Amino acid sequence: MSATPPPPARANAKKELPEHFRDYKHVWVFIEAERGDVHPVSWELLGEGRKLADKLGVELASVVLGEPGEATKAAAAESFSYGADVAYLVEHPALADYRNESYAKAVTQLVNTHKPEILLLGATNLGRDLAGSVATTLLTGLTADCTELAVDADGSLAATRPTFGGSLLCTIYTLNYRPQMATIRPRVMAMPARDADRTGRIVPFTPDLAEDEIITKLLRFVPDRDSNKSNLAFADVVVAGGMGLQSAENFQLVKNLASVLGAEFGCSRPLVQKGWISSDRQIGQTGKTIRPKLYIAAGISGAIQHRVGVEGADCIVAINTDKNAPIFDFAHVGIVTDAIRLLPALTEAFRQRLSPHQRDRLAG
Amino acid sequence: MIEERFDAIVIGAGMAGNAAAHTMASRGLKVLQIERGEYPGSKNVQGAILYADMVEKIIPNFREEAPLERHLVEQRFWMMGERSHTGLQYRNDDFNEEKPNRYTIIRSQFDRWFSREVQAQGALVICETTVTELVSDAYGKVIGVRTDRAGGTIFADVVVLCEGVNGLLGTRARLREAPKPEHVALAVKEMHFLPRETLDARFNLHGDEGVVIEAAGVISKGMTGMGFVYTNKESVSVGMGCLVSDFAANNDTPNGLLEAFKNHPSIKPLLEGSEVKEYAAHLIPEGGYKTIPELFGDGWLVCGDAAQLNNAIHREGSNLALTSGRLAGEAIFQIKSRKDAMSKQNLALYKKLLDDSFVMKDLKKYKDMPALLHANSQNYFLAYPQLVSKAMENFLRVDGTPKLDKEKATIASFVKERSWTGLFGDAWRLARAWR
Amino acid sequence: MKILVCIKQVPDSAQIRVHPVTNTIMRQGVPTIINPYDLFSLEEALRLRDKFGGEVTVLTMGPPMASESLRKALAIGADRAVLLTDRFFAGSDTLATTYALAQAIRKIEQTFGKQDIVFTGKQTIDGDTAQVGPGIAKRLGLLQLTYISKIAECDPDKGEVVVERRAEGGVQVLKTAMPCLITMIEGSNDVRRGALGDTLRAARAEIVTWSARDAEIEDLTKCGLKGSPTIVKKVFAPAPRSEKAAFIEPGKNAAESADALIAAIFTRHPALEADMTKLASGL
Ligand SMILES: Cc1cc2nc3c(=O)[nH]c(=O)nc-3n(C[C@H](O)[C@H](O)[C@H](O)COP(=O)(O)OP(=O)(O)OC[C@H]3O[C@@H](n4cnc5c(N)ncnc54)[C@H](O)[C@@H]3O)c2cc1C
Ligand SMILES: Cc1cc2nc3c(=O)[nH]c(=O)nc-3n(C[C@H](O)[C@H](O)[C@H](O)COP(=O)(O)OP(=O)(O)OC[C@H]3O[C@@H](n4cnc5c(N)ncnc54)[C@H](O)[C@@H]3O)c2cc1C
Ligand SMILES: Nc1ncnc2c1ncn2[C@@H]1O[C@H](COP(=O)(O)O)[C@@H](O)[C@H]1O
Repeated sequence: MSATPPPPARANAKKELPEHFRDYKHVWVFIEAERGDVHPVSWELLGEGRKLADKLGVELASVVLGEPGEATKAAAAESFSYGADVAYLVEHPALADYRNESYAKAVTQLVNTHKPEILLLGATNLGRDLAGSVATTLLTGLTADCTELAVDADGSLAATRPTFGGSLLCTIYTLNYRPQMATIRPRVMAMPARDADRTGRIVPFTPDLAEDEIITKLLRFVPDRDSNKSNLAFADVVVAGGMGLQSAENFQLVKNLASVLGAEFGCSRPLVQKGWISSDRQIGQTGKTIRPKLYIAAGISGAIQHRVGVEGADCIVAINTDKNAPIFDFAHVGIVTDAIRLLPALTEAFRQRLSPHQRDRLAG
Repeated sequence: MIEERFDAIVIGAGMAGNAAAHTMASRGLKVLQIERGEYPGSKNVQGAILYADMVEKIIPNFREEAPLERHLVEQRFWMMGERSHTGLQYRNDDFNEEKPNRYTIIRSQFDRWFSREVQAQGALVICETTVTELVSDAYGKVIGVRTDRAGGTIFADVVVLCEGVNGLLGTRARLREAPKPEHVALAVKEMHFLPRETLDARFNLHGDEGVVIEAAGVISKGMTGMGFVYTNKESVSVGMGCLVSDFAANNDTPNGLLEAFKNHPSIKPLLEGSEVKEYAAHLIPEGGYKTIPELFGDGWLVCGDAAQLNNAIHREGSNLALTSGRLAGEAIFQIKSRKDAMSKQNLALYKKLLDDSFVMKDLKKYKDMPALLHANSQNYFLAYPQLVSKAMENFLRVDGTPKLDKEKATIASFVKERSWTGLFGDAWRLARAWR
Repeated sequence: MKILVCIKQVPDSAQIRVHPVTNTIMRQGVPTIINPYDLFSLEEALRLRDKFGGEVTVLTMGPPMASESLRKALAIGADRAVLLTDRFFAGSDTLATTYALAQAIRKIEQTFGKQDIVFTGKQTIDGDTAQVGPGIAKRLGLLQLTYISKIAECDPDKGEVVVERRAEGGVQVLKTAMPCLITMIEGSNDVRRGALGDTLRAARAEIVTWSARDAEIEDLTKCGLKGSPTIVKKVFAPAPRSEKAAFIEPGKNAAESADALIAAIFTRHPALEADMTKLASGL
């Protein structure tokens, strides 16, 4: 994927798939599991992969790597519930923790053996680390950080992603190489419904790996026990503040509202750059993508880089003093007023409205 | 501290600094130029109209390489009423000449190009480095500069201050006074981007032709100030500036004025649908001849805005900066060629060259203008424009009032507002200051 | 120690404009900067050099203008700069970029000696793929350490490094061997400001400029458009949402505005009230 807009030559490039790629079939999704926990982006991708597979009339397969044992098998089984027809189960002691060497080798071997047409991974640290190595080894194309996937009339994967800091989108193809690889941002694709009754076929695969040939060793894993770590990406309600709040102190107003709502709080990038808020709270292109049911943005202008991170929200509420602020172009509900004055009142009004007493009223 | 010594250190890579550095480097002097911006031009603000002659004297074939936007073929002077403007418009196809005289430019691009030319002449240019202080010897002679970087003192035979209008270094070193609020205007400027075709159609332009609108009148609410609209290739520069002292007295902000200017019914349609990028605020020295500080001393010279060399009446600044920078460079080169010291006495040559040039002659001609406009700003910038607008409306509206009555009403409105003596006084004062 | 840092000159995307009619990038006047993520890697490289001695080389592939970024890297403190520039590289995607950069690094090793560590940025702000680092590592057979927040230990004699790597649910402490490729995450260090002497040196430095031939890149079919498996077919501006926000009239005071706002939210999204009531009471 290049940074420069396409020269005309490339735009005309034709599909001429070489013979040796013609038997590459099916859609694969890499299931990212760390210490037994599957990253939700993997399920989101199965949902998306299902649509692509149906359109192409092929199977959807999950690729599950891990140490031999229950957790790995469980992840494979779970992948059926989210739509996979087949699960490639790759168990090996050297796959206990993610390391580039062992994972890249195993995935490359699997691809060369079972030949998928499309391989999708989450655009997480792990997914990006792995995808880059695998694609280079296979000498195929990889489109990073996609926000939209589609299948063209001729069956090619059209992967759309933001470019130039989000000001533009571009659609990228890997016409003449296989597999067509893409990484997709977490929370961009909707979580598919889980169907516990769905089952599928497990295909075990034994990679050619030996621990003593792997140079990188994991000395320790320090989990983020820090309870402060945000759960922003997966919160149902998010309240965020921007430069319109004017000071670090005023940001407390956002936290207060979030706490009354049981919501997560977030912010725009300048607040992180100013050191007011920690970077795991940043929403947007270079921060978290969120998909809450309700998003309240106070004093945020709605720059494109922020917008791309929140567009998936069901209801976006914007509070801004400038009626021409770009945020009103994509908010659902807007109010032109001073957030610093409105937030305390809003906090109080929500507190009353959502009080247990009110809850009884709703129930009754 | 750096061991190495330079013939000259130039502070600032704006118009004046680049002219000085280019002039000296091209004559073989060992020049160090220090700029605080991320790159030359990154912080520089101008309308911006560039006058070709003054660049030509430094880089004769600049038209072939420099990033120029449009050459100007049309000038509009607009006297603004509340919802009207009375205009004088001049367009001449002869301005479509082989070597046009005036261009619009974008400073960040032009300065960057200019600086590359300076470097090509062999000057050493460093950016993102701020000179914090002039370094003097025991006798008070300037011998170098201190910068905000580690190990940041460096020496030269002469230091050329081209630091722009704020002139902090000069003030700090007591070479000059800080400019007074009534001697500097604060201007704000926005770039409005439009597709080229739209822009051409809206302003009646073909190819690289450009137009300038200069506007005065009620838009400055009685303060001494003006608004402008300049066409670039794919954007329009829109700006507004007034004396700092007026802003303070009237409790007004430049942004407020600019907003109102952009929303004026004569301006708004020109900007319709544009995308605004870049907002800049910058000072302009407008005190004129009488506020020019000491221009040279032992081991130092000052050029451009830092020396208040700016002709506010004609909206000229960059050309004075270019010329003063060039003359500073020539003076230093001459002194150096004679192997003379960079003493105050020898550097007086710079002042002499300046006096002989259009720079000092023009500024001298208008020496009384700034004070006059400032003292009578209510009349010149509010009352008259309103009266003219009223008169024009009166003249054009066909409503059955006999023409003679209309004329009388117009004259009466002028006299009522200003009285006969006031009117003649204003006219006389203006004429005298212009002379 | 010999350390190589790949940097890229990128347009400052904060200042990019899209042509309203043609939907193409208007490059005119957009300033270019060193990709901000690369600076964290450069700083880390300089720290290792300062500690163990040696030299830091910066490498970029790009148009001749990219030498400006190299000069900036020198002003920050790098010792040598190499610019790889050739029209054959135009239109490279990540695979083609990694081919050219890997070849150039081989040539650098022949010319200036074996590199112990190659750094790249975590990702660029224009391409934004985070693939070039892993791609170079793969092509050169370097061990790959991405998203590093700290280089905890480094022993050039034994050729060992211990790093802390940001993983999804925590931090991995990894031990590996040099030569390796490292990408640092943002905020992992404070990028220094070079001394005045560095800026003077940088302004004068000669930038080693190589064409494809100079870098002994023989297989030009692997470069540029030809060598790029991905094809950008369409670049377009995000579709504007057709309807603007429903504006709520502010009330006489903040309390009234708040009530009006809440009413509007719950009228438009009726299901929200029940969900939020549950959430608010911590259920
Ligand atoms: C490569 C790149 C990546 C980026 N990534 C991100 C990212 O991930 N996330 C992100 O957020 N940004 C990102 N940005 C930055 C982005 O371009 C904007 O600069 C940023 O989102 C602006 O933040 P803001 O809206 O808080 O501040 P501003 O743009 O300063 O807007 C403040 C807003 O508050 C309003 N306001 C002022 N006072 C009040 C008041 N009292 N009450 C209510 N409203 C008020 C103003 O009208 C204005 O609309 C990125 C930029 C680049 C170049
Ligand atoms: C809105 C506006 C419109 C204008 N329109 C026109 C016009 O149309 N035509 C025209 O001819 N003139 C115009 N002018 C005036 C013109 O811009 C100035 O007269 C001209 O730029 C002066 O050049 P200079 O080199 O003296 O100063 P500047 O161009 O301001 O350059 C000073 C340089 O010094 C650097 N610097 C300052 N302090 C330090 C330090 N301590 N260390 C290192 N570097 C330092 C600055 O970063 C800057 O690069 C306009 C001005 C404004 C504000
Ligand atoms: N043209 C290039 N020249 C040198 N380094 C590059 C180039 N492109 C990318 N890189 C390096 O690879 C990293 C990741 O880039 P990307 O894969 O585009 O996100 C960047 O941070 C740079 O360190």
